Amino acid sequence: MEKRVTFKGMWLPLLLIAPQIVITAVFFFYPAGQAIWQSLFIPDPFGLSMKWVGLGNFEFLLKDSFYRASFVTTAIFSTLVTVVSMGVALYLAVLADRLIKGSGTYRTLLIWPYAVAPAVAGVLWLFMFNTRVGVVTWYLGLLGYDWNHVLNDSEAMGLVVVASAWGRISYNFLFFLAGLQAIPKSVIEAAAIDGARFWTRFRTIVFPLLSPTTFFLLVVNIIYAFFETFGVIHTITSGGPQQATTILVYKVYSDGFVGQDLGSSAAQSVILLLIVSILTVVQFKYIERRVHY
Amino acid sequence: MATVTLENLRKSYGNTEVIHGVDIDIADGEFIVIVGPSGCGKSTLLRMVAGLETVTSGDILIGGRNVNSVEPMDRDIAMVFQNYALYPHMSVFDNMAYGLKIAKVPKDEIAKRVANAAEILQLVPYLTRKPRELSGGQRQRVAMGRAIVRKPAVFLFDEPLSNLDAKLRVQMRLEIKALQRDLGVTSLYVTHDQVEAMTLADRMIVMNGGVADQIGKPLEVYADPATEFVAGFIGSPSTNFLDAGRLGRRVEGGAKVGIRPEHIRTVAQSETDYAGKVVYSEPLGAETLIHLKLLDGEDVTVRQEGALPIPSEGESCGLAWEAKDEMVFAKDGIRLRQ
Repeated sequence: MEKRVTFKGMWLPLLLIAPQIVITAVFFFYPAGQAIWQSLFIPDPFGLSMKWVGLGNFEFLLKDSFYRASFVTTAIFSTLVTVVSMGVALYLAVLADRLIKGSGTYRTLLIWPYAVAPAVAGVLWLFMFNTRVGVVTWYLGLLGYDWNHVLNDSEAMGLVVVASAWGRISYNFLFFLAGLQAIPKSVIEAAAIDGARFWTRFRTIVFPLLSPTTFFLLVVNIIYAFFETFGVIHTITSGGPQQATTILVYKVYSDGFVGQDLGSSAAQSVILLLIVSILTVVQFKYIERRVHY
Repeated sequence: MATVTLENLRKSYGNTEVIHGVDIDIADGEFIVIVGPSGCGKSTLLRMVAGLETVTSGDILIGGRNVNSVEPMDRDIAMVFQNYALYPHMSVFDNMAYGLKIAKVPKDEIAKRVANAAEILQLVPYLTRKPRELSGGQRQRVAMGRAIVRKPAVFLFDEPLSNLDAKLRVQMRLEIKALQRDLGVTSLYVTHDQVEAMTLADRMIVMNGGVADQIGKPLEVYADPATEFVAGFIGSPSTNFLDAGRLGRRVEGGAKVGIRPEHIRTVAQSETDYAGKVVYSEPLGAETLIHLKLLDGEDVTVRQEGALPIPSEGESCGLAWEAKDEMVFAKDGIRLRQ
């Protein structure tokens, strides 16, 4: 049964939703509006005056080969982060789901990384893989592998992907585990009696029944990879080497606050905003249809 | 089709033994109902036969083959679960075909078998639907269909009707019985409902605290219960238990005397030594249940013909019964035969 509260006047409901509206307005609508407005201007280097350029900033961006390269980088980066973090999380969740004893401890330990801020996680991984004093680098050296993510593009990308995915695994793990535990045990037993062995059961029963969880995590993780990985990239590679790890959100920062090109930075923010909106709409429109509830 | 044999079957969780040794030989095509209150181990027993629980000690033989360490899928059984356990993301057809597809049965053979099962179970119009679009009774049928199409040697039913409403339960009970007769498949059926047990079973196993108190044909169990528990559990309303000492029946070691409600009749107080006050009566039409309190505080239920006069509340009645209808039980609940 649905319960609805009916208000007599307009003022009380308005007052009740006001905090949410105010927060959204101050932290989203206002900055987003500012970004759209600023994207149409080029400010002078001292920020004293602004020159109207219309869509000039966008025109310049789309012709810029660095900016187009950043698109590809972002696509590779977010795909890898999403696949790695969800894949590992699902694997761990399947293992934890089969565990009878000590699952509480196991779960707690797996959830801890989530409490680590992205920037701190970045520094942790940076120390491990530091080209001169890193532990992992040293061991890799013993094995004859010369690790240097400061110079090597793909090593840099690998490192930021692993560092970004690492903190995310906990979160995904929790959702996958909850999803797995929500599947009635008798359904799995029925499939076992029907002759399906573990892998067949997983492919034909468990994974389809997990699809609402998987879909939700897919949306959340892509958005995470687009925005919240800034801290990791900033601490580990600062977008280098040669912009090999400069994802779109990092470019907004480096062009705007390092390069002082605020107009272009604002234009990039607007493009980013559009991309995420489109991605989310596409995901809900097309992928959700294939989800079994 | 196969025989099923349980030999001194035991199950422990850690140090707690929950099944204390069950023995039974089940003939080919026999319908066995395992009945008992919740927590008596009846579901555990069934799940051991299914291979969903390990056997602690003893043996399970299906068709003469020891299956103790055989995987559920290789035991040639099919199971119907209490919550049906249908695959929610598959259509009715796919639900029934799932096991056959895994067994790599040819496509046209699958289609034929599913169509046949759907015909028997009146599911033909629903084959393309998802389980959530079906009523409880239809889901129950799909679960049955999934068991039938595989042509197993043994059917296992784990309280398949307890999620249905009363009317549907009676209807499905008849259908299950008819289906089992037609197919002639050996069946084990778990229920807590003694009416289901009485009506379905060729033989029933009455379980109590992990022990099979009595195994036998329903009417034999009813007429001749082996323990106080069986006498109390089978039959509704329940058997009356009276203190043997107070009745003056001095049977060696006897603690309680059980008399079924239909064996007691109300008589004039002058004709008998036993009397009670009527607490309330339940006229059910064909019969009337009269609940009385004896002078020493014991509760007694009398079942009489609906046409007989009904005593009013608070009235004192004499009670009488034949000595042959008395069942004497020892302190530990075991029946004592005179």
